[in-house]
Amino acid sequence: MLSNALTIIFSELALIVYVLGALMYAVYTKKDELTSKLIWLTAAVMVILGGLIILFGSGENVAFNGAFIDDGFARYGKVIILWSSSVILVMSRDYLTKNLLMKFEYPILIAISVVGMMMMVSAGDLLSLYMGIELQALSLYVIAAFNRDSVRSTEAGLKYFVLGALSSGLLLYGASLIYGFSGTTKFSDISLALSEGSTSLGLLVGLVFLISGLAFKVSAAPFHMWTPDVYEGAPTPVTAFFATAPKVAALILFTRIVFDAFGEIKADWQQIVSFLAIASMFLGSIAAIGQKDIKRLMAYSSIAHMGFALVGLASGSLSGVQSQLVYIAIYVVMNIGTFAFILSMERDGKSINNISSLNMYSKVDPLRALALMILMFSLAGIPPMLGFFGKFYVLKAAVDADMAWLAIAGVIASVIGAFYYLRIIYLMYFGEEVENLDGSMSTFGWITLMVAAVVMVLGVINLFGIESIALSAASALLN
Amino acid sequence: MENILSIATFIPLVAAIIMGLLLRGDDKSAQQNAKWLALTATIATLLVSLGIIFGFDPHNTGFQFVEEHQWLIGINYKMGVDGISILFVMLTSFLMPIVVGACWNVEHRVKEYMMAFLVLETLMLGVFCALDLVLFYLFFEGGLIPMFLIVGIWGGKNKIYAAFKFFLYTLLGSVLMLIAILYMWIVAGTTDIVELLNYKFPATSFELLGLEIAGGVQTILWIAFFASFAVKMPMWPVHTWLPDAHVQAPTAGSVVLAAILLKMGGYGFLRFSLPMFPDASNLMADFVLWLSVIAIIYTSLVAMVQDDMKKLIAYSSVAHMGYVTMGVFSLNQQGIDGAIFQMISHGFISGALFLIVGVIYDRIHTRDIEAYGGLVNRMPAYALIFMLFTMANVGLPGTSGFVGELLTLIGVFQVNLWVALFATSGVILSAAYALWLYRRVVFGDLIKESLKSINDLDKRERFLFTPLILATIILGVYPNLVLDIISPTVSDLVESINTFEVAQPLKN
Repeated sequence: MLSNALTIIFSELALIVYVLGALMYAVYTKKDELTSKLIWLTAAVMVILGGLIILFGSGENVAFNGAFIDDGFARYGKVIILWSSSVILVMSRDYLTKNLLMKFEYPILIAISVVGMMMMVSAGDLLSLYMGIELQALSLYVIAAFNRDSVRSTEAGLKYFVLGALSSGLLLYGASLIYGFSGTTKFSDISLALSEGSTSLGLLVGLVFLISGLAFKVSAAPFHMWTPDVYEGAPTPVTAFFATAPKVAALILFTRIVFDAFGEIKADWQQIVSFLAIASMFLGSIAAIGQKDIKRLMAYSSIAHMGFALVGLASGSLSGVQSQLVYIAIYVVMNIGTFAFILSMERDGKSINNISSLNMYSKVDPLRALALMILMFSLAGIPPMLGFFGKFYVLKAAVDADMAWLAIAGVIASVIGAFYYLRIIYLMYFGEEVENLDGSMSTFGWITLMVAAVVMVLGVINLFGIESIALSAASALLN
Repeated sequence: MENILSIATFIPLVAAIIMGLLLRGDDKSAQQNAKWLALTATIATLLVSLGIIFGFDPHNTGFQFVEEHQWLIGINYKMGVDGISILFVMLTSFLMPIVVGACWNVEHRVKEYMMAFLVLETLMLGVFCALDLVLFYLFFEGGLIPMFLIVGIWGGKNKIYAAFKFFLYTLLGSVLMLIAILYMWIVAGTTDIVELLNYKFPATSFELLGLEIAGGVQTILWIAFFASFAVKMPMWPVHTWLPDAHVQAPTAGSVVLAAILLKMGGYGFLRFSLPMFPDASNLMADFVLWLSVIAIIYTSLVAMVQDDMKKLIAYSSVAHMGYVTMGVFSLNQQGIDGAIFQMISHGFISGALFLIVGVIYDRIHTRDIEAYGGLVNRMPAYALIFMLFTMANVGLPGTSGFVGELLTLIGVFQVNLWVALFATSGVILSAAYALWLYRRVVFGDLIKESLKSINDLDKRERFLFTPLILATIILGVYPNLVLDIISPTVSDLVESINTFEVAQPLKN
């Protein structure tokens, strides 16, 4: 039994063993001198693990009496999390070196939080859910405050920690209510309890608390307050990381719990999720208009994007989950590309996050400006960019579920949101001449930016087959 | 040649990619190369599309040159043309070499400018050839990107406002159409336009939020499409983005906008609104007719008091598009024939008029009517050409403008006498503003110092105007050239609208 379970959690196990080994080795030998190598090695381990999951993962495997589920749905999330984290790790090297942050804890902490995220997407029990969430969150609190000499960074870390603790409290309280009223913490048993008896009010209250806690993790409005401050304060590579992998993990966990445990009372959570979706889309789109800092802008942008992803979830159907999975895959690629650019924004060796510094950037470096323009159009969801297809499938799922009003709200929010993406393009291409950014950019960052932009354009040919991959992942969850 | 349509559509895009990857530097020779490459690509497209029209059989009212490939799950890449769309393909490919010729004097970021126009041409041709709803939407919306950049980068003083207004206005119009497209896909199970043309969307009335919706689902879908096409047309009262965009856009941008982009709205009505939602179209026809008449009269009056030449012509475009919507929603053979004819002819005439403004703008750098006067003394050839297109704009018999207006008026006369009456008065108003503009700019004494040394048209400019003059006069004298191609398809369309009405009476 145990050996079987260990095989199922092989990828998590391998990663955590690697992390602990690397930690020990680094602590007892050269410490920070190893950072660069550790970053490469950690990234390589993650890429390989992602590849292994694709190659060998099959079917639905359950370990530890249902506390850990390894199915197509979880594997889809794990691959995105592993690969996006490894890209961001390598991308951060340049920034960390310049800002004297090359500490060996950085790759270690990221890898630990990745383990936590992998636990989250595989959670089949309220307890393993909580363990996964806390494992990733605790590492994230630390790396948010990674630049410990900077007031902004420590403030970000502290703020994230306090609000994160609050959300964990909400989540735990919800979990305890659910346990109290259903007598179990296992998702499948909760579902069973729901199908047998009538829905009790206590269970519903528990569900609301649970969803609130999860909404905090995906930074859906009205639980988004921490996002702009943490994004702004944290070192840029950390922000890039926050914007991608943890969002994927939380969203996938969110999806799994509402379907696996509360599939019986779909109508109840659909209302809550629709509300979260609409609030996030509008808040993200409107609040971003006034932003001057590009990291804050990306924070609001990610709130709006999470709103769109939640539209897919709110439809509560197979095509809804599929569209949500397509959406987050595209979202992650767009964000990695955009942050590769933001990491390179500097003048005289200092990072600049002011949007107005992009004025007439197209004269400084036409190619990078073009790539960022493509990414911005894609984030705004203008065809033929890939970002449009993300929105397209989500909206289709909403219309399909007789929620045309949700789709209409979504498109109106996306028109409002288009304004601030266009503003970046307008600054780059027809703004005023100001003191420009320096030209330098690390090779890897440059490649990442270009690849992301090319993917956005070429995606129109067949979406790289993501559609059918997401479909099989989604059907793994719904069966 | 079964994928000749794709070849025509994507030649400009390929040229743009080649230009982007291979042309380096921004010196004189690189600029010349970019211009020649763009001209070659647009002429090549024109030649291919000539091949299309010579191979086109007007008596076959179905789609021709159809090609279909698997694209996404449930969505096919499908292209084809019929009697309605082929002329728009021709119009686009005919005008684009002229547009490229019109930007020959641009010196600011020439390579990007040419790339933007080439990408735009691909997207415009795609709109007219697409036989799949999603594909259509992709091309339709994608056109916003190059046009946003053209207005924004190469535009006038107030370009930022104009570019944003253009983009957000048209985007807001189109997103509702996207929802409608999704709904149609889900209900009909396909996004194939050919199949959807034969699909009957339910027209049973129902209640929504306490409101009785006559025509039911069809009406809702019709309104969603209408929101998009009416903005694109543009129809009164959602026309306000057009004058701003026109005034700020560079000359070539204005030509494309007026001559081709505006036609997408009219094409959309003919391709989607009428055949797919016939009951709703019948219900809403009167509403559109009255909006069109308001557009014709109101915008003509507004045009009369403009100080800016481009703005004046922009408002006159709105008025002329009023005839188009009026013709389309008269729902009979003459009206729809006239609407298509009017769109084609307006493509030549408005394109030429914006070029005419561009000619003197290049020389004096102002579009203020006040700044001109007496140009006939120094620019006789210019005055002659300006006169010809002014007359065509007014709708003088013998020019193509006349045929379109006459046919739409005949069409609407059969449906609604009052609308016809008011619309006819618009003809007088258009004569008033157009001739007054001409008098103020061209006639009178040449007293302004700045104009004393102005030169007449050079070779390049004469060369640009020649095809437009020929097209305007030939179509005016021998309109059957166009009508023979469109009539069979249009009569099929009219018949299908009316049979639907008989087969499924409204439950009102």
